[in-house]
Amino acid sequence: MYCSCCFSLPNSSGFSVATMNGQLKKCHIAITSFIDSCSPFLIPSSLSPSLCDSSHNLDSLPIVAVEMIHSLFLINHSGDIFLEKHWKSVIGRSVCDYFFEAKEKAAEPEDVPPVLQTPHHYLISIYRDRLFFLSVIQTEAPPLFVIEFLHRVVETFQDYFGECSETVIKDNVVTVYELLEEMLDNGFPLATESNILKEMIRPPTILRTMVNTLTGTSNFEERLPSGQLSTIPWRRSGVKYTNNEAYFDVIEEIDAIVDKSGTTVCAEIQGVIEACVKLTGMPDLTLSFMNPRLLDDVSFHPCVRFKRWEAERVLSFIPPDGNFTLMSYHVNAQNLVAIPVYVKQNISFFESGSGGRLDLTAGPKQTMGKTVEGLVITVHMPKAVLSASLTATQGSYTYDPATKVLVWDIGRLNPQKLPNLRGSLSLQAGAPKPEDNPSINIALKIQQLAISGLKVNRLDMYGEKYKPFKGVKYVTKAGKFQVRT
Amino acid sequence: MQEWANQLCENRQFGSKMTDSKYFTTTKKGEIFELKAELNSDKKEKKKEAVKKVIASMTVGKDVSALFPDVVNCMQTDNLELKKLVYLYLMNYAKSQPDMAIMAVNTFVKDCEDPNPLIRALAVRTMGCIRVDKITEYLCEPLRKCLKDEDPYVRKTAAVCVAKLHDINAQLVEDQGFLDTLKDLISDSNPMVVANAVAALSEIAESHPNSNLLDLNPQSINKLLTALNECTEWGQIFILDCLANYTPRDDRESQSICERVTPRLSHANSAVVLSAVKVLMKFMEMLPKDLDYYGTLLKKLAPPLVTLLSAEPELQYVALRNINLIVQKRPEILKHEMKVFFVKYNDPIYVKLEKLDIMIRLASQANIAQVLAELKEYATEVDVDFVRKAVRAIGRCAIKVEQSAERCVSTLLDLIQTKVNYVVQEAIVVIKDIFRKYPNKYESVIATLCENLDSLDEPEARAAMIWIVGEYAERIDNADELLESFLEGFHDESTQVQLQLLTAIVKLFLKKPTETQELVQQVLSLATQDSDNPDLRDRGYIYWRLLSTDPVAAKEVVLAEKPLISEETDLIEPTLLEELICHIGTLASVYHKPPSAFVEGSRGVQHKRIPIRSGSGESSESQDTGGAPGATEAPAAVIPSQGDLLGDLLNLDLTPPTSTAGAPPGPPMPMGGMDLLGGGLDSLLGGDIGGSPSMGSGFGAPAAVMPSSLNAPVGGGLGDLFDLGGGVGMPMGTFVPPKTLWLPAMKGKGLEIMGTFARRAGVIQMEMTLTNKAMSVMTDFAIQFNRNSFGLAPAGPLQVPTPLSPNQTIDVSLPLNNGGPVMKMEPLNNLQVAVKNNIDVFYFSCQYPISMLFVEDGKMDRQVFLATWKDIPNENEAQFQINDCHLNSDAASNKLQGSNVFTIAKRTVEGQDMLYQSMKLTNGICVLTELRVQTGSPTYTVSLKCRAAEVSQCVFQCYEAALKN
Repeated sequence: MYCSCCFSLPNSSGFSVATMNGQLKKCHIAITSFIDSCSPFLIPSSLSPSLCDSSHNLDSLPIVAVEMIHSLFLINHSGDIFLEKHWKSVIGRSVCDYFFEAKEKAAEPEDVPPVLQTPHHYLISIYRDRLFFLSVIQTEAPPLFVIEFLHRVVETFQDYFGECSETVIKDNVVTVYELLEEMLDNGFPLATESNILKEMIRPPTILRTMVNTLTGTSNFEERLPSGQLSTIPWRRSGVKYTNNEAYFDVIEEIDAIVDKSGTTVCAEIQGVIEACVKLTGMPDLTLSFMNPRLLDDVSFHPCVRFKRWEAERVLSFIPPDGNFTLMSYHVNAQNLVAIPVYVKQNISFFESGSGGRLDLTAGPKQTMGKTVEGLVITVHMPKAVLSASLTATQGSYTYDPATKVLVWDIGRLNPQKLPNLRGSLSLQAGAPKPEDNPSINIALKIQQLAISGLKVNRLDMYGEKYKPFKGVKYVTKAGKFQVRT
Repeated sequence: MQEWANQLCENRQFGSKMTDSKYFTTTKKGEIFELKAELNSDKKEKKKEAVKKVIASMTVGKDVSALFPDVVNCMQTDNLELKKLVYLYLMNYAKSQPDMAIMAVNTFVKDCEDPNPLIRALAVRTMGCIRVDKITEYLCEPLRKCLKDEDPYVRKTAAVCVAKLHDINAQLVEDQGFLDTLKDLISDSNPMVVANAVAALSEIAESHPNSNLLDLNPQSINKLLTALNECTEWGQIFILDCLANYTPRDDRESQSICERVTPRLSHANSAVVLSAVKVLMKFMEMLPKDLDYYGTLLKKLAPPLVTLLSAEPELQYVALRNINLIVQKRPEILKHEMKVFFVKYNDPIYVKLEKLDIMIRLASQANIAQVLAELKEYATEVDVDFVRKAVRAIGRCAIKVEQSAERCVSTLLDLIQTKVNYVVQEAIVVIKDIFRKYPNKYESVIATLCENLDSLDEPEARAAMIWIVGEYAERIDNADELLESFLEGFHDESTQVQLQLLTAIVKLFLKKPTETQELVQQVLSLATQDSDNPDLRDRGYIYWRLLSTDPVAAKEVVLAEKPLISEETDLIEPTLLEELICHIGTLASVYHKPPSAFVEGSRGVQHKRIPIRSGSGESSESQDTGGAPGATEAPAAVIPSQGDLLGDLLNLDLTPPTSTAGAPPGPPMPMGGMDLLGGGLDSLLGGDIGGSPSMGSGFGAPAAVMPSSLNAPVGGGLGDLFDLGGGVGMPMGTFVPPKTLWLPAMKGKGLEIMGTFARRAGVIQMEMTLTNKAMSVMTDFAIQFNRNSFGLAPAGPLQVPTPLSPNQTIDVSLPLNNGGPVMKMEPLNNLQVAVKNNIDVFYFSCQYPISMLFVEDGKMDRQVFLATWKDIPNENEAQFQINDCHLNSDAASNKLQGSNVFTIAKRTVEGQDMLYQSMKLTNGICVLTELRVQTGSPTYTVSLKCRAAEVSQCVFQCYEAALKN
């Protein structure tokens, strides 16, 4: 252990020749400053111009990187890099070759491992909207941090440009670049809140682009946004609306696995409360529930005061302006998760291997008296299934022989007349009886119902005088809802 | 109406023309030239457009660095947008154009004084990104002002800038006192500034492992915890990661920190959640288990972990890797949450495999039925890798949960009935292990297995089946026929199968000697006469000799009772697990390796340890918390590699019977001893840091200083054990040259250093004798190396028990690693050293024998040797003569082996012995030599080939030194 401060020499160039036993005469490198044991000794450029100029020499040294995310590459579905951003030195595209190798190996783009190790870097990637966001990092960094940041980048793009696609990114490349620069500084996230970003860099609109071009004004805010540094970074001051409104959507998704016999193997509910709050000034809201005991596994937007939740089980917060996710929650107590529909299925293949039969019937189970809508049943068929010749009593079906996916779009589920799909499947000539079982996935939607039973009790506003419009909507969807065969 | 629509349509087109994609359409030819002209245009608008085009080109990876001076010229502008665009460009290219960047300095300095905080921050931020030494001098003053700026936005940007500057010139940052200013910012009124200051300090501290930059004490912890509640999500991550490095004084402090960190578990950002889990997992260790709060905390940890699994698949993956660690450390947290790990059809494959692993870890008697039903379901999925792993998992369950073994076996039998080829093969491999774990219980299924003999085409499955037939030969009527059928294609089989077949037939012979004599002779002759594989041949000979000399002994050896296999061989070794728990959320936790093992340029390896609960004086309790890594005994069957359990088992069985024969059931190596060495295991896994320096540091064991002379033999002992494991008759240790005078007392102001280098147990040691010839005491010793050819660097601080009083002499030994910066030296093995004490800093240089760098696994395969020898061009060959050497070739070979020079082959031609030898340097360079020894002549000839011809001279020197000593 030593203090490195007292370790340096006052005049570095003076000592070298004198103390190095003459060795230094041969070699023009001198120890100049005595720093940490692992970082390279610094070579003053005045002493060794040849060394500093030659980039070859510098490259061969281990570069001690500081920042977390070094570079970002955006790669499209077919594997072209169409945008790159380096927060420090430029890293060659060849680093992506390791990623392409992994992509090559993976059956689906979704199957590319998110963390890859290469000799000198780590590649952490996410796959969103048919694009890969690939970040390069050089030192130990929390991968979740990087992944969360990448998600934030995607969300910001979606927020700014309405979608996140190659075309839209290319169309707005300068804004994209400004955004990336604003979001990360030297590996530290700087501004990732959408409303702060929007105050610094205005989102492009067709109208504004035209006006800008005609008048020569920029889409860049000249002043530091006021909300940036208040203790409530998520809200800017001076918000004004003529219609003050606060809407909350309680959205629940059922993740479930149901086995052949219809027994639930596992089921859980992922819920979120999405808010759209357009209120003037600095409103302070309190949202309470009829049955908050349901919620024992929750994550909140930073605006929610956790202490009040702990003590009183109410959500107390100063909302961000506009759309945001107030909270998400998770219910996995088995008895609380109702399964709204059942699927009676019989998919069999003949021993001879020439074909098979399919018979599906869907029906309501625990719907709490509501109507099931948007019911879609997707069957992933074994590879050998060539085509399907079926009849649906309701809705329509398609079979894609390339992906082997059968989609049956039923729509509204009528409890009086259960929809049925039946018919024959034909297999590739000569193919043996398929070994793997098809898997059935279900998509559905139930309006005005939170299947967990969660109910908002009331919403109160403090801090402002006006009376806002308030509204709560419930909807239940199927998430990863799977029926085994 | 129609008109309106048309107009709208037109607007659209107009609009789409206005997008940035137009910048991509510029023609390649003369593009740079055109841009140059535009950049120098007088019209502001045109300039801006041109800069935008430049940036667009940059984003698609075109090299527009040639435009640097022109773009920089645009910087002096009042137009903020243009300025910002120029800054964007600068940050990208400043590093490659350092001299040009200096042109921008004045503008930066001016901008740092701008009344608009946005511009001040932007300027200081951009300046920090320009990694040019000369510019940093100008950066200091503006940075100092910005660190004290009235606007927190500027302050927080400046805090990050200190970290950037430190990376460029650490000395400057220290000299300018920026570190102190940064430390002051921890008490800033704005939480965002605090978070960034913490982040910057953590980063700087990482490159300064020994400095006490982040001096964590209860006061500063309190400040951090206050800021934690108010700062942004990213800041929370930095603060939590910083908190995790703190060691609370007692359980009460620990509890209060836990209480204040717990709310973070409900954060929407999963990285915050995982960092909070890390802090809690670590500090929990200090809480007494009977405390109510302890139970509450355990309960609170489960829901957030479960929630992580409903996030996007990438997040799930990282979470699962971490949960895998948490489950091993504290299985109680998630024991009721088995169902969330059930695999969904549309999970990506990487998530599926991780979930499967955790399911097995959580499997217990209570939930085994559920787990088995799931696994059976998975075995019918499409993905072959996943199906295989699911089948193996059933086997692991059988071994882990004894009560379920029977169900597992019947499930496996069901799967075998499916006749799906790869399922059957996997099932047979795992059934073999089940036999090993529960002998004489499930042998009734052998008949079913035998039915599938013909469908086995993978070596592992064939080997497993042959093992079963051999092991239970007495119960299988047609065992001889079955084995004979395998024998037909003996030479086409893989080594694994050949070895197994040999052993199985010998077993069969010992059990049924009368009918199988012919068979055993056939296999022995196949193995010994017709095979090129030395392992197979040797095993064949051993059996032959055994059978021909003493059949009774042969029976005892070959049919000896095998040790039962352990259920938890795939667990991570406890000390590593402790360390990984401290690294939850990092890459280390994803790869399940200590950070030292894989992060390139990981500066100063800090071995983090979970604090031990202290205070209450119940020492026995701290034992059973498992929190005392140094003291608790390692379970007997810990195998350091994390490799697949099943793979290990098979290998175990494949080792020559000599090793299992006499040995009592139990692990072949006394692994328990390793744990006592603390860091020892890390060094085995990580490979680059010596065991000794980390020993004292972690667990508050006897004051940090441990006489290093004491460490060396301990380390050496460990190495010896492993050498034994290697099974080669080891000659004497590495040759250690005598100590020479490195620093004469005259030049060292009274400090004299004699020294030499030694390689002990795979660790390079710098051994020095320090003598104080001055009149006053010496203290505060430290050492540092200049960059050198092989990146040698001290693996730990120099441990000199101070004070060194006048006329006192002390021997110290400093372990070295190869993680340091590399620069070619002349001569190659030259090392420039600086030693510091309370008096001054002294510099000297010394040369190390290159044999220090020869690694223990430098033995090359014969074929590889031949190929490599041919492959290296002849101009790389060097020849040397060694005179006056009176050893015979065997003695020479032995001596050289001590220095990790391995003899691969020996040939005698006309009274001349030719030894072919190989060695490997720590940086992977291989050296191949041919040593010619003429019987009766004292002159040896060494011919040497190496791709890096520079090392020849050094290698030659060490040959000479090693042979003559």
